[in-house]
Amino acid sequence: MVTPTARAAATETGGVRDADDDPQGDGRRRFEELLASESRVEPTDWMPAAYRKTLIRQISQHAHSEIIGMQPEGNWITRAPSLKRKAILMAKVQDEAGHGLYLYSAAQTLGIDREEMFDQLITGRAKYSSIFNYTTPTWADMGSIGWLVDGAAICNQVPLCRASYGPYGRAMVRICKEESFHQRQGFEILLALMNGTEEQRAMAQESVNRWYAPALMMFGPPDADSPNSQQSMAWNIKRFSNDELRQRFVDMLVPQAEILGVTLPDPAIRWNEERGHYDFGDLDWTEFSEVLAGRGPANAVRVSRRRTAHENGAWVREAARAYADKQATASAASRASAAPEKIAS
Amino acid sequence: MIPTTNRSASTALTPEAIAESIAADETVASEPVALYALGLGDDALVLAHRLGEWITHAPELEEDVALGNIGLDLLGHARSLLTYAGSAWGTSEDDLAYFRGESEFRNRQLFEQPNGDFAHTIARQLFASVYFDGLYRALRRSTDPTLAAIAAKATKEVDYHLDHSVQWLLRLGLGTEESHRRMQRGLDAMWPFVGELFRAETGLPEGGVAHVPLDVTDGGTLGGVVVDLEPLRSAFDEIVPRLITDAGLTVPTVPFARGGGREGRHTEALGPMLAEMQVLARAHPGVTW
Ligand SMILES: [Fe+2]
Ligand SMILES: [Fe+2]
Repeated sequence: MVTPTARAAATETGGVRDADDDPQGDGRRRFEELLASESRVEPTDWMPAAYRKTLIRQISQHAHSEIIGMQPEGNWITRAPSLKRKAILMAKVQDEAGHGLYLYSAAQTLGIDREEMFDQLITGRAKYSSIFNYTTPTWADMGSIGWLVDGAAICNQVPLCRASYGPYGRAMVRICKEESFHQRQGFEILLALMNGTEEQRAMAQESVNRWYAPALMMFGPPDADSPNSQQSMAWNIKRFSNDELRQRFVDMLVPQAEILGVTLPDPAIRWNEERGHYDFGDLDWTEFSEVLAGRGPANAVRVSRRRTAHENGAWVREAARAYADKQATASAASRASAAPEKIAS
Repeated sequence: MIPTTNRSASTALTPEAIAESIAADETVASEPVALYALGLGDDALVLAHRLGEWITHAPELEEDVALGNIGLDLLGHARSLLTYAGSAWGTSEDDLAYFRGESEFRNRQLFEQPNGDFAHTIARQLFASVYFDGLYRALRRSTDPTLAAIAAKATKEVDYHLDHSVQWLLRLGLGTEESHRRMQRGLDAMWPFVGELFRAETGLPEGGVAHVPLDVTDGGTLGGVVVDLEPLRSAFDEIVPRLITDAGLTVPTVPFARGGGREGRHTEALGPMLAEMQVLARAHPGVTW
């Protein structure tokens, strides 16, 4: 049993120390030194309020994405076509829940409650990765999500293992290990389909056609249109620009697509000797902004599914709290009644 | 102590290893043993599927993980048992899981019961875990080395499943008025299917399989292959009512249902579940995934 729960929160609960606590500027000097020396900023260190805010936003959005990301794949757990695939898929969806929990814990070290973050999610006030607003009509989507979505996530996240904020960077180290399993498993699903019947091959290709562009958009808008990126890079949170990461991803995909025998749905893909990279075509960012604006295929369903689960489970959580309170009262009472005896002995 | 095992059994911990050993002609179940393994495998498979239905619907994220973990363990047991069963007929775990009809499923009816609310699921899991716990502990001493090896691995996992159910039984039974009411309802709804859990294995050829007496002590004479359910029933009767009353709840008095899962008679819940589970595999018979 691996439950990556509140360990980070338990050991790293930080004091909230912002500009107000730093009249002499010692904290800021130390913070700058840590960044300059590529060291980690820890929860008890002084940090600028905007750095804290940026991290809370980024880590909680990342956590929400893991949690919402369980749904498109959860959709196929009951229909997985072999018991081995069923087991792998169940384990994967669980891993994502674990990632979410682990990231919520990392965000908690910055002074925000998990309840508060979760409430933002289920009331639709928080963002999460738009990729999970796409639907999974076919089994091949389990392959495409693993190969392309987890693949893009890895390109995004490997540099985050060196993020300046300690709890975040450490969470990412662990998460990246599992994401690379996920990517391999997705690749294997597609490979099995591509080695299968005509129908299976068509299923794989059709799915890759649908997921390719949305996966490339996971790196965010082109650098010219990405206002938050520069500050994040200066703070050693982000290490590479959106476009750099997207390029890396395409460079990784093209040879893998060849092994699979699938065609990436972009006729402009071609090796550029001069750049040492693959060229690729422009993406349709109007669709991206449509999905981002809540008009994607499954925006409404994703949040409401979580909210419904949360609301249906309210009585369970209340019961657990009530029981824990009763236990605490009972053990306090038994301690109190045992105390005089101890003194006597 | 696990009885002397041959090489195939000591590696028979994963379904893949069992399949390899079968392919190498090292492990072949006899017909009665295969039918026995099939029943146990179906119990585990059907319950694993039900638990998988919870994922993304659980009351809290920790329970998405916990119910998923239990489901995954059970799915592992199912895969090993079905793979072993299939050795008798030259069929794979997937042939058995995806290409048998409802009346060919041998699971006892408790396992196919719908999830209901969280309390229903906990009640079902509590009864199931007590049953599995006794069953696999005894089965570790089976003279069939493959069954013994599967059981040895399962025992450790079921121990955790039982603990999970008992913790929730206490929380829900003693938590709030609402949780108490729901937990009682869950117990009442699942209780009719308890009776069938301990009915003797059916469908096994007469005299084909020797039973393992549960009270055999380590180093004693080993009786046979299949677990005798009668002593498990007494253990259940001793443990479960105490757990229920400790949680401030009432031991249900509703009568037991007729059962018949081992003969392929099922409640209305199983058909739709299998339809969903098998739909994609059946649309593409004979392919590899
Ligand atoms: Fe993840
Ligand atoms: Fe993943």
